[in-house]
Amino acid sequence: MAFKQVTSPHAHSAQSTSKVMQLVIWATVPGILALTWQFGWGSLINVVIASVTALICEAIVVKMRGRSVAFYLSDYSALVTALLLALSLPPLAPWWIIVVGTVFSIVVAKQLYGGLGYNPFNPAMVGYVVLLISFPIQMTTWVAPLALLPEGISHPGLVESLQIVFGSINPVDGVTGATPLDMFKHSSGLLVDQVYEREPLFNLAMFAGAGWEWVNIAFLAGGLILLSNRIFTWHGPLGMLGALALMSVIFYDSGSSTSPGTPMMHLFSGASMFGAFFILTDPVSSAVSNRGRLIYGALIGVLVYIIRAWGNYPDAVAFAVLIANFAAPFIDNYTLPRTYGHTDRRRATEKEEGQ
Amino acid sequence: MNKTWVTPGGVHPPENKLQSVTQSIGQLPIPETLVIPLSQHIGAAAIPCVEIGQAVLKGQVIAKPAGVVSIPMHAPTSGTVSAIEHRPIAHSSGMLAPCIEITSDNADTWIEHQGISDYEHISPAKLVEMVGNAGISGMGGAGFPSAVKLNPGRQRPIDTLIVNATECEPYITADDSAIRERAGEIVEGIKILSAILGHPSHIMIGIEDNKPEAIEALAPHVEGTGISVVVFPTKYPSGGEKQLIYILTGKELPSGKLPADIGMVCINIGTTYAIKRAIIDGEPLVSRVTTVTGDAVGIQRNYDTLIGTPVSHLLTHNKYDQQAGGRVVMGGPMMGFTLPSAEVPIVKTTNCILAPSYAEIPDDEPAQPCIRCGMCAEACPASLLPQQLFWYAQAQDHERLEAHNLFDCIECGACSYVCPSNIPLVQYYRAAKGEIRHAQDEKVKADHARERFEFHKERIEQAEREKEEKRAARREAALKAKANPPTADKTDGASGSKAEAKPSSSAADIIAAAQARAAAKQASPEDQQAKLERTIAATEQRLIVAEEKLAEAIASDSDKQAVFSAAVENTRQKLQQSKTKLAELTA
Repeated sequence: MAFKQVTSPHAHSAQSTSKVMQLVIWATVPGILALTWQFGWGSLINVVIASVTALICEAIVVKMRGRSVAFYLSDYSALVTALLLALSLPPLAPWWIIVVGTVFSIVVAKQLYGGLGYNPFNPAMVGYVVLLISFPIQMTTWVAPLALLPEGISHPGLVESLQIVFGSINPVDGVTGATPLDMFKHSSGLLVDQVYEREPLFNLAMFAGAGWEWVNIAFLAGGLILLSNRIFTWHGPLGMLGALALMSVIFYDSGSSTSPGTPMMHLFSGASMFGAFFILTDPVSSAVSNRGRLIYGALIGVLVYIIRAWGNYPDAVAFAVLIANFAAPFIDNYTLPRTYGHTDRRRATEKEEGQ
Repeated sequence: MNKTWVTPGGVHPPENKLQSVTQSIGQLPIPETLVIPLSQHIGAAAIPCVEIGQAVLKGQVIAKPAGVVSIPMHAPTSGTVSAIEHRPIAHSSGMLAPCIEITSDNADTWIEHQGISDYEHISPAKLVEMVGNAGISGMGGAGFPSAVKLNPGRQRPIDTLIVNATECEPYITADDSAIRERAGEIVEGIKILSAILGHPSHIMIGIEDNKPEAIEALAPHVEGTGISVVVFPTKYPSGGEKQLIYILTGKELPSGKLPADIGMVCINIGTTYAIKRAIIDGEPLVSRVTTVTGDAVGIQRNYDTLIGTPVSHLLTHNKYDQQAGGRVVMGGPMMGFTLPSAEVPIVKTTNCILAPSYAEIPDDEPAQPCIRCGMCAEACPASLLPQQLFWYAQAQDHERLEAHNLFDCIECGACSYVCPSNIPLVQYYRAAKGEIRHAQDEKVKADHARERFEFHKERIEQAEREKEEKRAARREAALKAKANPPTADKTDGASGSKAEAKPSSSAADIIAAAQARAAAKQASPEDQQAKLERTIAATEQRLIVAEEKLAEAIASDSDKQAVFSAAVENTRQKLQQSKTKLAELTA
């Protein structure tokens, strides 16, 4: 009798990369629902266009690289990238914005670097930043949240939304509006309390910004689902949210006219929760050890606040994440865990330095 | 209740232990032939001391230990020695190794043997010798000779004896069933160990909470003995020596050290049973409990198996269905290795034969790219970063691998178990360790060659310098001679003949010296004998030193094991040569 030769371990857990990716996709559902409820059909249309584009791009590049298309498409990673990009883009953005961003994410940021597992930067955020720099007007036009729509106007229906996206009609006046972060950026001269009194975006909200707080709560819920399924550890998200909260408390400036906004507004506006649980948790481009991820998250939190408060862009998650991606290998060198039987942590570079 | 500590990482694979403990430990008919590998342990292979055709009794020594770190082999049953040759053994490479084959006479007649009951009155050194003579090596996995582990000649006294009854690998129930049925003898064995080690102040049996029957069976026997049974939650790999030490004591075994260095001895519970049989009953280690399990066998059960039993014997008797599964594993599903064929024999470390069905352990799926999700780092019991080790192993970046403590990896397989991308991580680490060891050996060799080359160059240069000096001196002499032309100028003929005579006389000197040297070499037989005897004595001394070094290297799992074992082999050969010469001379 001759037997099959296989190396140990022979037992394997049932977890697989495609299951992890699918779970991430499911975990965005609360966020998609909240976006659709608060901002209309736009986000769903983004998701569909981005997904189709991503799958086509991935298939073409994988084919060109001479790999098995079925094997690589079934890991669901292209869909995750498409989804994350689609959810960061403004609802009702023109279709070509979404296509250009997705092509850039998949082809340049992911496949040209070697495909899944080899990209140094978060592909969705690369696509987002390329769009933000190239098409600032389209990228900063956000639909107004449900509560802020003028009397008698509602979000466009599905057909109408498709017509807007594909450029055959323009959205009705009043359907677009400023985001809470925009608002604070352009409201210097007013005390925080005054802004809250005057602006319906805030006085119609519970604690952050109308509509946006629901979207953030939904992404927080999705993130907690992933956390409880141990798809990632708490280090990255807590690092970012902790640093963001700390920065916004330190620089709150007791609500003066130059204050960049309340801590709650920063935690529950823009892409804070989405970034903390869905973007910086991309394991490929982040730091690897738990301590490394805590520092990596904190770095993003600090950068997000700095760019929001004193930079030119109202939101900053994409820039902060890309900058931190640069820093990740450096963080990794100095954050090795202490191995069993050793008294000290080691540095990854100690051998090279020793010579 | 003893306090326990929690190790980082770990995994909870399905235990699959219940199916093999429904029946008590069974006995199989004696196989027609048994194959006893000469190396079933860490250290030098035993040397056969029987001849083909010789009749042997059960328990008779058939191979003697080769040096300090080695153990003897005993006939597992009575019969005749039918072959001494290379056979396939239980090694993942499918390699052949020297074995002794015994054809059973089916009588299973024991050699005369006698144990001692009052071991308390026997010196520890004598007890250790008895353990060594019984051919006992660690039965948990690595197979380190027990007598070496228990060797009392160490500086630091042992204050903690840890008996490993964890059996954290799924499927395996050999220790569990042995404890259920032989708790008394096991505890007796622990008491003997305690006597050998000078009664350490802490004696603990570490056991996972998934073996309630075994824990209950131990309770009455340990009462009033000072031995504590420490129960802790089931988690793989709690049974790793380093992990168990931490769980029971909260201390970490420093990297590269042995438990003895921190005053501990860690021994498998199966080994304690073997020690009891060796001391009290005088029986050498000729059988062990082995679990036969997996859905591809019809009967899943533990057997008291003779060492040397071919795996095919176990499989056939347990209704193995080859269609049902593709691999047969020696050991458990986490660290066991697949067997090349069913002809390989059971050895002293074989705790389990696992024949899983395809449904239980399907063929591996193709590996997907690593996304550095970090699940492996969460599972690693040594707090390594398996994803980074994988990355650098692929890149063959040895410096980074060492900085990431690759050599602290215990190859437990927890990382590969959880890897969602099905990457055979452990295999990458094994390969990388091999590469690094190889590179280090090469470096030693290269350094040696370079030193030799430099010495050679230096010698040549030295010779060249000396020649140059002589030439200069001669030139100077010639100049001087020219400057003060000697009166001999006129007596041309005489000086000329002198000049001619000198070289010829010096040539004669050289020849004479050479002859004298040759004559000296052709010394009297007495001288030669004395010289050979001196050589033998010196070589013997060298052999002892080399063996000690090898033992040290093995004990510390050093990378130089291969180098030292080659040195031992070399020295032994030289010794043999000298002895043969001596025999020829004196004959």
